[in-house]
Amino acid sequence: MQDLVKTFGTFTAVDRISFTVPRGEIFGFLGPNGAGKSTTIRMLCGIIEPTSGQGSVAGFDIFRQPELIKQHIGYMSQKFSLYTDLTVEENIEFYADIYGVPLQRLAERKAWILEMAGLKERSRSLTGELAAGWKQRLALGCAMVHEPEILFLDEPTAGVDPLSRRAFWDLIYDTAESGVTVFVTTHYMDEAEHCNRIGLIYGGRIISLGSPADIKRHAEEGGNVPDTLEEAFIRLIERADSANAE
Amino acid sequence: MLQRIKMVAWKEFIHILRDIRSLAVVIVLPILMVVLYGYAINTDVRHLPLAIIDLDHSAPSRDLMGAFLHGEYFDVAVYSGDYAGLDAVMDRGRAVIALVIPAGYAQDLSAGRQAQVQVIADGSDSTTATTAIAYATATIQQQSAGLAAAAVLRHGTGTGIAPPVEMRQRFWYNPELKSVNFIVPGLIAVILMMLSALLTSMTVVRERERGTIEQLIVSPVMPRELIIGKLIPYILISFLDVILVIAAGRLIFNVPLNGSPGLVLALSAVFLTASLGIGLLISVSSGSQQTAMTVAMMATMLPSVLLSGFAFPVKAMPVVIQWLTSIVPARYFLTIIRSIFLKGMGIGQLWQPALFLLLFGAGILWLSSLRFKKKL
Repeated sequence: MQDLVKTFGTFTAVDRISFTVPRGEIFGFLGPNGAGKSTTIRMLCGIIEPTSGQGSVAGFDIFRQPELIKQHIGYMSQKFSLYTDLTVEENIEFYADIYGVPLQRLAERKAWILEMAGLKERSRSLTGELAAGWKQRLALGCAMVHEPEILFLDEPTAGVDPLSRRAFWDLIYDTAESGVTVFVTTHYMDEAEHCNRIGLIYGGRIISLGSPADIKRHAEEGGNVPDTLEEAFIRLIERADSANAE
Repeated sequence: MLQRIKMVAWKEFIHILRDIRSLAVVIVLPILMVVLYGYAINTDVRHLPLAIIDLDHSAPSRDLMGAFLHGEYFDVAVYSGDYAGLDAVMDRGRAVIALVIPAGYAQDLSAGRQAQVQVIADGSDSTTATTAIAYATATIQQQSAGLAAAAVLRHGTGTGIAPPVEMRQRFWYNPELKSVNFIVPGLIAVILMMLSALLTSMTVVRERERGTIEQLIVSPVMPRELIIGKLIPYILISFLDVILVIAAGRLIFNVPLNGSPGLVLALSAVFLTASLGIGLLISVSSGSQQTAMTVAMMATMLPSVLLSGFAFPVKAMPVVIQWLTSIVPARYFLTIIRSIFLKGMGIGQLWQPALFLLLFGAGILWLSSLRFKKKL
């Protein structure tokens, strides 16, 4: 990505963001609400058109080949976006078909998703009746039904209890291990520690980019390196705020 | 592509079937409408309450009364030898028409003078009044002609004369002028328009409101696949409704279907592309289900009921409005459907309105798929 910009009228949501994510990496976008995380991820997925900038996903240009990109990525939105009046099974079958999963693979993929999400016994339940944690796992499964190269997860663990969050990240690790690139946005600092590299985003700009260790070093103040990302984050934000105030 | 369309259609079916309310609307509403409209909108003028004020009390006046009461058009509501109560009778609506035979009626007749009678109608319901007056006029003229012929016979100029010009009228296609035969086929158009627009107007907007549209946008599915896929269940449901209305019309009201049922279904499908297309366009352009529903009601029901010729004849409208009706799809469909039902016409005579509907439908659907951009 290079100099991605997104303006909504006079409001600049994303202000010249640039980064690169190599294959197989877990890359996290960390930042407070309203910083521009969701907007950026949606631009990468082709849901929103960037105001300006350049970028490519899976080797395809985001401006000229958005439909090709869509075939190679999986997306899980912040707000649950599967059909609540369809059963678990029906949702899986729907997205499998939409993504062109061939008939021979369908049964296998369905079984895999149900197993992964722990929903084998509940494949006939209405999706709306599931608890939040299960819904998220189903959404992850459906995002992966066509075995995409890149997964985009927008705040996937929002509103989920810590135990489920841990389980979820185990899933993400497994996925990355199998060679899938994972791009995740979150505002949970502790989750960000799990990522290979992080982009700290604040006010539409990346204020720090690197591994969790890199970021903590970046936030060093007077010889004191913060222990947690949270601490690093707060310092970096304060730095950015005072820089803006000048 | 076909696979995706099938899947979208299948999913839409599941949505419809799992939503009891929309299902009830789709099955119950058409039948309800046929029954209500069939019974309620009855412009047949029969059994009109007639007030007879006979001030002559003679054999000829009773003859005249007899002529009025013979047949189904008039029923005696009030019989009086006195003019005084007539105001009250008409005011209270106990009679819609009154026949006043003045004293001296019989005398005038036998003296060879022109006898006069008075017919008063309640003009507050002008439709009924005009028809009632027409019947009354016809009855009196027939009576008059009969009396003239009889008089000539009596005076011995031959074997009697027939009136110089006699009119025999016949109503083709709907011999008894049963208004229900006129209303029910038109109802198919109104119901199709209403249901299809209402239902489809919700479909895309609902996805937007629930947030599921995001997942659709990020997938490889194309707008035209979504649109066609979403249309299919509604087309099938509308077919079901057409059959329901035809059956209800036939079973409850004996409405004849003189043309080919296959043609009715085929041309209904063509009309559906237009009406469903309108619903879809609204759905794709609306921000909320509320908006979609309101716009759908206004843009489809009102024109299709008021401007299509369903209730009011197009020819009777001001010229500017008549031009306006030329873009109302329901108008063309109404012509088609009444022609098939009552006149048994075939595609050879109906290809022009059918073509218009086809082009209109294709155009609207194309417009919808253009508007449905895969972007938030």
